[in-house]
Amino acid sequence: MQMNTQNCRTVYGETLVELGRQDERIVVLEADLSKTTMTKLFEQEFPERFFEVGIGEQNMISTAAGLALSGKIAFANSFAVFATGRPYDQIRVSCIGKLNVKIVGSSCGLSDFGDGATHQSIEDVAIMRAIPNMTILSPADGIETKKMTRAAAAYDGPIYMRILRNPVPDVTDENQEFEIGRPTVIRQGTDVVVFAHGYMVYKSLKAAEALENGGVSVRVVNVSTLKPIDEEAIRKLAGGVKGVVTVEEHTIIGGLASAVAFALRGQALPMEAVAVQDCFGQSSLDYEQLLAHYGLTDAAVVDAVKKVLG
Amino acid sequence: MSVSAEQIAELQKAAKKLRFDIVNMIGTGKPGHLGGSCSIADIVAVLYFHKMRHDPQNPKWPDRDRFLLSKGHAALAQYAALAEWGYFPKEELGTLKELGTILQGHPEMRRMPGIEAYTGSLGQGLSVACGMAMAGKIDKKDYRVYCIVGDGEIAEGQIWEASLAAAFYKLDNLVAILDKNLVQATGSIVQRYDTNPHAEKWRGFGWHVMEIDGHDIGQIAEALDEADQVKGQPVMIVAHTIKSKGVPFAEGKADFHHGIMTQEQYEVARRLFED
Repeated sequence: MQMNTQNCRTVYGETLVELGRQDERIVVLEADLSKTTMTKLFEQEFPERFFEVGIGEQNMISTAAGLALSGKIAFANSFAVFATGRPYDQIRVSCIGKLNVKIVGSSCGLSDFGDGATHQSIEDVAIMRAIPNMTILSPADGIETKKMTRAAAAYDGPIYMRILRNPVPDVTDENQEFEIGRPTVIRQGTDVVVFAHGYMVYKSLKAAEALENGGVSVRVVNVSTLKPIDEEAIRKLAGGVKGVVTVEEHTIIGGLASAVAFALRGQALPMEAVAVQDCFGQSSLDYEQLLAHYGLTDAAVVDAVKKVLG
Repeated sequence: MSVSAEQIAELQKAAKKLRFDIVNMIGTGKPGHLGGSCSIADIVAVLYFHKMRHDPQNPKWPDRDRFLLSKGHAALAQYAALAEWGYFPKEELGTLKELGTILQGHPEMRRMPGIEAYTGSLGQGLSVACGMAMAGKIDKKDYRVYCIVGDGEIAEGQIWEASLAAAFYKLDNLVAILDKNLVQATGSIVQRYDTNPHAEKWRGFGWHVMEIDGHDIGQIAEALDEADQVKGQPVMIVAHTIKSKGVPFAEGKADFHHGIMTQEQYEVARRLFED
């Protein structure tokens, strides 16, 4: 598979700059990670609309709320684990008011492979999903990151977007319009449906290719909006298959597996989940090695597909 | 002098009216935040009836001054002021905390006109005020953001994050008022969890600090006027107040942080503020 590779962080930073040029309401807040989240690109071009608030995520989120209440479109940035975990209540209060605050969690999942458990974010989707009024986005690649960042800015209300740290292959269709809430079929198939988000869409595609050689046809669906979940679409996409697999770079509790299982309640479909098994991560010198350690590989997806086929 | 003797008398009357409404909103049989609402009543009166630019006909007027109650539980004082101005019908004041009411236990901007945010989860309002002050700077507007914080509330770490940010960004359009009423929910602040010294802390964090008697209308008005003149620094007015000020049986008592008045107490309190 020859694929173009992009870093979602860079795409995000560049898209923020484009948005900033088009819309004066765009403001960006940072908690001393702008070099990594790539909001430094926005800072360079629009210093007067960039607020370094120091290493204080709670103040950052509530300040973003104040800016949003004054007509700004505020993007608040940190690593996913800090952006969601430290200011949980501040995010919650912004959601009570449906305020126009965009929380962007960079280095999501295990993608900050070197920094270990304190910096890896495996429960961010679960905690954000529990908050009413929240919308959760997880781009599969650079192409989708760009479209999503634009969609987030255009949407009036709170958004949580999780962004990968490492370069990932493009898997989505450049020409397909992104719409918040709509899952998209990345690969057609008939025997088993695999629902995935983020980098795991690519892993699922690789698994689907491997399985095809063995005569198993796998449908791969990119569920890049994790809230709201279009339950009807999920049910349709699971129509006619013999089994369902979910794949996510996140704990098995409260993320995609939970959402899909609930959407498919009452349907007697065998289901398996490829996810972090309710445990914390750790450091590794290599991203792929770390993913493999926690069972987030295309081989694991292959096994899960075989299992649901019995 | 920022205000004439006549104006002081008028504002004292306005504050008395606020306290009358606060007492009636709580009434008897339901718990309400009498203590904190009464300790800020004089400050709220000066802000709403003297200092702030605002328009009840146009609550979202972009040039209005903003008022944020970081200690959102004291909302009854603000509800009373907004009702007095006609932001919503006065009859609504009788519906405090009832299902579906615009008078939530803590202020909610989308439910009540004139409310600016969602506050009451303590420690957050000052940060929201910072955001509004930053937006004012970007938009080159001359509105001011007034934010009341509590001396119990400032145990929240986020307050100090916000205080660093306000000073760093030189938010001289931000005026915070510390309602130093000396009592938190479980007792005396000095005994339970001492957040003192206050003026020294805020000064150390880079704020322009004043100290006043928070029940002296003249001093409140003067401090707010002085705040207009400060350049390059956010302003903190440490206001020495008395919890439940004006209601003798409740003054200084933690039990009336969020307490229930007996029928007898309610009658006593109501008569104190009747015209």
